[in-house]
Amino acid sequence: MNKLHLRLLALGLLVLGLGTTWYKVSVIGLPLERDAQTEIWTVEARITLNADDGPTQVGFAIPNNPPGFNVLGEAFVSGRFGLARESDGINRTALWTSRRSSGNQSLYYRIQLADDRADEPITVGAAPEFPERPDYQEPYASAVEALLDEVRAESADIASFTRRLLLRYNSDEPGENVEVLRSGAEDDLEHTRNIIHILAGARIPARPVKVLELSDRLSRGSLKTYFEVHNGTEWVPFNPRSSQRGYPKNAVVWQWGDDDVLRLSGANNASVQFSSAVSAREAVRVAEQRAAQRGSLLMDFSLFNLPIQAQNTYRVLLLVPVGALVMVLMRNVVGISTFGTFMPILIALAFRETQLAWGIFLFTTVVAFGLAIRFYLENLKLLLVPRLGAVLVVVVLLMAAFSVLTHQLGLDQGLSIALFPMVILAMTIERMSLVWEEHGPGQAITQGLGSLAVAIVGYLVMFQPMVEHLVFTFPELLLVILALMLLLGRYTGYRLTELWRFRHLIMNKGAP
Amino acid sequence: MIGWFRKLRDAGVLGMNHRNAEYIMPYNPRCNYPLVDDKIISKQRAEEAGIRVPRLYGVIEIEYQIRGLEKMLGDRKDFVIKPAHGSGGNGIMVITGAQHGRYRRSNGMLVTLEELGHHISNILSGMYSLGGQPDCAIIEQRVEFDPLFDQVSYRGVPDIRTVVFKGVPVMAMVRLPSRMSDGKANLHQGAVGAGLDMGTGRTTTAVHMDRYIDLHPDTGAPIAGLQIPNWDDLLELAARCHELADLGYLGVDIVLDRHEGPMVLELNARPGLSIQLANRASLLHRLRRVEALESIPRSSRERAELARKLFAASQPPEPQIVQCA
Repeated sequence: MNKLHLRLLALGLLVLGLGTTWYKVSVIGLPLERDAQTEIWTVEARITLNADDGPTQVGFAIPNNPPGFNVLGEAFVSGRFGLARESDGINRTALWTSRRSSGNQSLYYRIQLADDRADEPITVGAAPEFPERPDYQEPYASAVEALLDEVRAESADIASFTRRLLLRYNSDEPGENVEVLRSGAEDDLEHTRNIIHILAGARIPARPVKVLELSDRLSRGSLKTYFEVHNGTEWVPFNPRSSQRGYPKNAVVWQWGDDDVLRLSGANNASVQFSSAVSAREAVRVAEQRAAQRGSLLMDFSLFNLPIQAQNTYRVLLLVPVGALVMVLMRNVVGISTFGTFMPILIALAFRETQLAWGIFLFTTVVAFGLAIRFYLENLKLLLVPRLGAVLVVVVLLMAAFSVLTHQLGLDQGLSIALFPMVILAMTIERMSLVWEEHGPGQAITQGLGSLAVAIVGYLVMFQPMVEHLVFTFPELLLVILALMLLLGRYTGYRLTELWRFRHLIMNKGAP
Repeated sequence: MIGWFRKLRDAGVLGMNHRNAEYIMPYNPRCNYPLVDDKIISKQRAEEAGIRVPRLYGVIEIEYQIRGLEKMLGDRKDFVIKPAHGSGGNGIMVITGAQHGRYRRSNGMLVTLEELGHHISNILSGMYSLGGQPDCAIIEQRVEFDPLFDQVSYRGVPDIRTVVFKGVPVMAMVRLPSRMSDGKANLHQGAVGAGLDMGTGRTTTAVHMDRYIDLHPDTGAPIAGLQIPNWDDLLELAARCHELADLGYLGVDIVLDRHEGPMVLELNARPGLSIQLANRASLLHRLRRVEALESIPRSSRERAELARKLFAASQPPEPQIVQCA
C-alpha cells in the first residue's frame, strides 16, 4: 500500500515533469540542444507615393499569420500619417491616413518571421461555396470543355485534377485548345485568374494568393501570384507557372484573394518594394516570443523572464539537485563514505570556478595545510568552537597566501581559490582531523578521497553543458529528479561496496 | 555484477539500505531514539527496571563544572568518561589508575587533570555527539572485565553485542579490542568480532577488518570455543532491554564484570551489519524467522529460550580449555 502510494507519486511526478518538457519542446519549440539557433527573417515593405493636396489614404495588405512562419513582431514607420489596422478575418490591412500631406512620401512596414516547424493545413477563411459554372464564350467554351474532360479522365481528386490541369496548361507543346485559352493572359495575375476561371468550369473553388518569396539580402522584390484550391477540408496551394503543389520553403503568404495589395486615395505614383534578410537568433528567445504570440502562460512564468543576474544564480542553483542525485547514488547505491552529507556538492560547485585540475590541487593543498595547523592547535587544548574559528582564520589566510603566491608566479588560476566555500573547508579539516584521531589516518584519508571522488563525479555530471542547459530551460525536469530520489529512498538493495565488504559470505555460503 | 548481487541476496546478507528501510524505520519509532541515544536516560531507565549498568559517578553538563572535576572525582582513580550522546565508541576515555599525580589511560598513556578537563570540554561542545549538538559528559564506573577474554583482547573492554529483534535475540558476537582499534570494541575501527553460537554461548568464527581469522591478531591466541559464563542469563538480559526502549530492532552491548557479572553498557538503535561477518551467517534469514512467528512470548526468559532454540548452531563448537596462568 505504502509502496504503491510512493510509486504512484513518483509516476505522477515523472509524467508531470516529462510531459511539461515535451510540451515545451514540441509546441513552444524550446531547443533540447544548447546554443540552438533559429533562422529569423526580417522583411521590409517600402511604399513610396506622391500625395495630392488634401486628405490621403493608403491601404496596404499585411500578412496574417502566414503558414509556415511565426510572427515575432512587426513595426510601422508612418511619418506624418496616422495608422490603423483592420482585419476582415482573412487578411489584415494597414490603413495610413493623413488629412494634409503632399509630395513624395515613404511608408515602411517591417515584420520579423521565424520558421515554424508545424506543418498545419491552411484553413484561413470560411469554407467557400462551389462557384457557378461560368458562361464561357465560343470558341473558349469548347476549349475549356475539352481540356476539363481530358484532365478529369487523368485525375483522382481535386488536388490531382488541379495539378494535371496546370501541367497541360503550362506545357511547352500546348494543344490547340490550350493555345486558345492562354491567349491574352500573359502576366502572372492574368495567368492565375485565367486558371481559376477554367477551374470554375469544374466547379472547383479557388483563390489567388500574393506571396513573397524570401531570400537573403533581397531588395526591390515584388509579390508573386500563387493560387489555392479548396478540396473540401483545406486550401491546397499551387504555383501557377511551375505547376508545383505547395509553397516553397521561404515563401510568405502576403494576401489571400483578388484584392490589390495597395489601395490609394488622394495619391498617385505609388509603388511597393520588398526587401528581406535572414539572421540567426537563439532558439530560446524565438520560443519565448512564439509562446507570447500563442498566449501561452508557460513562458511568462519561465526563468528566462528573471533579471540576468538572478538567471545566472539559478543556472547554478538548479544544478544542485542534480548534484544531490549524484550524491544519493554515490552514497546509497555505490556506498562511498564522505565527510558531511552534501559537502562534496559544494566542493563541486567550487570546482566550477577553478576548473577541475586546479580545483583538486587547491582543495588538497588547503586541506593538507589546514590539517597540519589543526594538529598543532590540538596541543593548545582549545574549546571546539574557538578552535573551529581558528581553523577558519587559518584557512582564509592560506587561501590569501596562495593567491598572492601564484599571482606573483604569473599563474592566474590561483586567484580562483577564493571561490571555495571556506567554512566548508574549515569543517572538512575539523572533521577529517577528528576521524584521523578517532579512526586512524587510513579512515580519514579514505573518507577524504571519497569526498573528493564524489565531488569530481558531481562536477563532471553537473557541469555538462547539456545538463546545465536542460535544467535551466526545463526546470520541471527537477520533478523527474525528485521522483528518482523518492524511488531511491525505498531502495533496499545492496550497495556496491557491500559486495566487497561481505565478499567472504558469498565465497563460502556458510549461511545456516 | 548482477550475479554478485544475486549471490549476496541468496546468502541472505542484510545490506545497509535494506536494514534502514525495512527494519530500522518501521520497527524503531524515532521518538524512542533519545531513550537509547542519551546514555543518562537509558541508564536511569535500566536502573529502574533492575537491569545492572555501570554505576554513575557524575554528570558534567556545563563548562563551569569542569573546575569541580577534581572534587567530583575525589580519590577515584578508576573510571570512564564518555559523552552522553556518543556514537561508535567515540570520545570514551578509560582511566585505569593514577601515577605521579596523573591519570593512566587504558592504553597506557598518562594524562593530566587539565587534559581530562579538555576532553570533557570537547564532549560538552558536541565534538563526539551525533550532529555536533552540545552534549553532557558522563563519569561512570569502569567495568573490570572478566579475565575470560584476556588471551584474546588487547587492552580495552571486550563486550558482547546482541541484536534483539522484536524482543528476541537473533544474533550475537563478542567484540574484542585489538591494538589497531586502540582499545575500542568497534569492528570498523579494527576490533575483532567473534561470532557466538546462540545455543551454547561459545565463540565460533571470527573476523578482523573484514577478514576471516582464527587467531587474535595481537595475542595470537585461538578465538573459537570460548564459553560465555551464564549464557542463558545474558541472553535474557539482552531480551529484557527490548522493554527498556521499545525499539523493535535493537543492539544491546553487554560487558562481563569480574565481580558483578553481566552489565548493560549501552543500547544502540542502529546496530551495524558486521555481526554477519563475525558469525558468517545471514541476519536476514533470522529476522525473517522471527517475523514469521505467530506470537512472541511476553516473558523475557521465554524469548531468550526461543532464541536458543531457533538459532542454535546444528553443530555446537568444541569448548576451548582456557589455561589460567
